[in-house]
Amino acid sequence: MIVAERKPLDEIVEFIKDCKKILVVGCNECVTVCYAGGKKEVAVLASALKMAFIKEGRELEVTEVTLERQCDQEYLEEIRDSIDQYDAVISMACGVGVQFMAEKYLSIPIYPALNTLFMGVTEERGVWAERCQGCGQCILGQTAGICPISRCAKRLLNGPCGGSTKGKCEINKELDCAWQLIIDRLKELGRLDDYEKLIPIKDWSTERSGGPRRIVREDLQQ
Amino acid sequence: MRLAYPDTIRIIRLPCTGKVDVIHMMDAFQKGADGVYVAGCLEGECHFLTGNLRARKRVEYAKKLLDEIGVGGERLEMYNIAASDGPRFAEVAREMDEKIRAIGPSPIKTMLQKMKTIHTVAVEGA
Repeated sequence: MIVAERKPLDEIVEFIKDCKKILVVGCNECVTVCYAGGKKEVAVLASALKMAFIKEGRELEVTEVTLERQCDQEYLEEIRDSIDQYDAVISMACGVGVQFMAEKYLSIPIYPALNTLFMGVTEERGVWAERCQGCGQCILGQTAGICPISRCAKRLLNGPCGGSTKGKCEINKELDCAWQLIIDRLKELGRLDDYEKLIPIKDWSTERSGGPRRIVREDLQQ
Repeated sequence: MRLAYPDTIRIIRLPCTGKVDVIHMMDAFQKGADGVYVAGCLEGECHFLTGNLRARKRVEYAKKLLDEIGVGGERLEMYNIAASDGPRFAEVAREMDEKIRAIGPSPIKTMLQKMKTIHTVAVEGA
């Protein structure tokens, strides 16, 4: 899922400092799972903003709404009838949702409440870690399900660098060496011969460095 | 046990402090509470095993948030009191009452009262 975390409160207050009536919109998907922008977090942020305003002797009217997702047209449509009454909207979705809402509702300023970070997993409750960089050329089949693009600090494709020590990365000693993990897993699977097969030079054009990406499926278009 | 404790305390009863969520603590301050404390069972004695531990973590989170807002995280505390420990309950109530009196009234409460007066005056003037 996409993992994000809430911006510092003063940054959010700065966005809406001249507003009297705002809408805070949450998202029921990724940001709910990483406890950043779901229904509960919307309630807490709304309360915090109201108190921040009351402290300055001002009133802030806040409406709270949590949409199923903010990255699909149908769900964003749900607020079309009510959105015009607000001075601003704070979206607690990931960067994707904030942008899509801003594309749809042009006359209202949409502000982000979160800093979106990465595509990752819940390693344990309260701990989220990056797993995928969206490079567009998945080699997980050859690396026993461990991605060297997202988990190796140097994004090496054919084995560890000379700095890999006791299974830890030389760039960040708290990180596991991705290639050590790959070799260990291949050994367990009895597929260490796969390690000898060279992964060719990567075509980075499918990655973000090739420009913003788009997929068109003509068979699905209306 | 008929022990006396300050009358400034309003008790909200719960089956377990594990039921307390961050929003409840925020709501209390938003409505003008000067101080809030969460009294859970002794650690290791939670009937539901980890309810009081979760409450503690939530209290810590809410304290940080209250600091960010400017209300002051020191107005919120977590205590662990055995269910049968009446004297400790009264002691904690006195301790919290004293502490909050020393810190002073909540800026939210002060402002809410001021805003109500301004509002009333404006309406009367019109």
